[in-house]
Amino acid sequence: MIQVKNLTKYYGPLLAVDNISFRVEEGEIVGFLGPNGAGKSTTLRILTCYQPATSGSATIAGYDVFTQSMDVRRHIGYLPESVPLYPEMRVREYLNFRGKLRGMDRSAREAAIRNVSDRCWLGEFIDRPIGQVSKGMRQRVGLADALLHDPKILVLDEPTIGLDPTQIRETRNLVKELAKRHTVILSSHILPEVEATCERIIIIARGRIVASGSPAELRERIAGASRLIAEIRGPQQEVESAVRAVEGVRKVDCTLRDGWNRLAIDTMQGKDPREHIARLAARHDWPLREIRLESGSLEEFFVQITAKQHAGEDA
Amino acid sequence: MRNVAPLTQRELAASFLSPIAYVVGCVFLLFTGYYFVTQVLVPGNEASMRPLFAAMTGILVFAVPLLTMRAVAEEFSTGTIETLMTAPVTDAEVILGKFFGVLALYAAMLATTIPHLLMMMAYSQPQLGVVLFSYVGMLLIGALYISVGLFASCCTRHQLLAAVIGMGILSIFTFLVDYFADFAGPKVRGVLMYVNVPAHFDEFTKGILDTKSLVFFVSTTVFFLFLATKVLESKRWR
Repeated sequence: MIQVKNLTKYYGPLLAVDNISFRVEEGEIVGFLGPNGAGKSTTLRILTCYQPATSGSATIAGYDVFTQSMDVRRHIGYLPESVPLYPEMRVREYLNFRGKLRGMDRSAREAAIRNVSDRCWLGEFIDRPIGQVSKGMRQRVGLADALLHDPKILVLDEPTIGLDPTQIRETRNLVKELAKRHTVILSSHILPEVEATCERIIIIARGRIVASGSPAELRERIAGASRLIAEIRGPQQEVESAVRAVEGVRKVDCTLRDGWNRLAIDTMQGKDPREHIARLAARHDWPLREIRLESGSLEEFFVQITAKQHAGEDA
Repeated sequence: MRNVAPLTQRELAASFLSPIAYVVGCVFLLFTGYYFVTQVLVPGNEASMRPLFAAMTGILVFAVPLLTMRAVAEEFSTGTIETLMTAPVTDAEVILGKFFGVLALYAAMLATTIPHLLMMMAYSQPQLGVVLFSYVGMLLIGALYISVGLFASCCTRHQLLAAVIGMGILSIFTFLVDYFADFAGPKVRGVLMYVNVPAHFDEFTKGILDTKSLVFFVSTTVFFLFLATKVLESKRWR
């Protein structure tokens, strides 16, 4: 549905997007994750034909964003980051105007406005001037506009920024709901956001794709050689050396905490020695109060990448 | 080109909802009223609107850029240009939509001078043919000024700057060219005389439809609309 090849964008001497390539299949919901200034908005702007790329190509629904711009625009619904709207227009007027630009006739516009005002809970706000509604409502109006012509592809740039927690949850549910009928690509700098809504995450930092995959895949990759935490009571040195001897254990760190040995165990790739450790404790009659697999959090991974980026900036 | 109509509609509605149009309209009326009373509606003068229209070419140099300044600059400063240019709308459609929107507003402003004409008709018999041609001329001048103003509005996101740029360009056409022509050599002088707006407009107020002037107004308007479109296009590359 969306195919991006070696896309690069310079703003003057500033490199904003650095040779990125990715694909999005039909019906997928993909999250673009990265710290502020990573090149997310720029990429989305290129995809929506607002700005041309410096080099590389992108096709949307089979149309090239540069040479077949009008066809691309017809198939895309776009919610820009700042949600720009005309404050002097009423919500209904605005949607009507946008429908006209989309070439919809009167009855199609009326039906579409009814439809999107239901889906985006515009309710009684439909006849209010846009300048008087709250930030959350503006966001919904922007989303309603993006959905108006029932586009194949939805491009949402930071759809939940500036919303309160209830609205964030509502918007998330709406986006998930949308994914049933549209291909969705959304950007965010907040990880739980993307983790909650997206089937696939593309992490971008300093204009480059640093990782991509489903949230589970990414988590697995971060975990790499995974880590076990076990708490066993017994003579410290004996426990430590016995655990170290267990098959699949690479490294053990032991700390004493209120009478219990807290063992942080690095395991070898693909090994899970939890069963052996439990047996070992039973054999020596050492009480075992906890044993668990510590999976690395995406948050940690994301922070690492972001930190790397900041370090790069400082250098 | 089917998108021009909704864009024109929106532009016109937005103008009527902003105070600028009303303020500019009031000041315009104030000046035209003043000229009408002091220069036209004077006992013994000929029953002609010519002095009023001649004064209006000068007033419009300052009035029209105030009407056009927000047209494109505001879209850039509020970011609405992003939703506009990602809808299936061409740059030329955007410029034309705005052009016709402001032109309609201008026509409404021009219509406020009709009571002057009626007042004059109550006391004398002006030649209606000449008056009609003068209004055609006023529309053409307005179209030209609006296209220049739109071009200026495309150049910057600051409305005030857009107005000043527009006034600057129009001042050259309307006031300065005539002045510089006296100093120029014969070749340059020919060019300067050709782009002298008041001279072309004069033909209309005499009741003459000179094709040369008609071509001048239409082609210059198209030229500036074309420039505005190109500036709008070029903004994406930055």
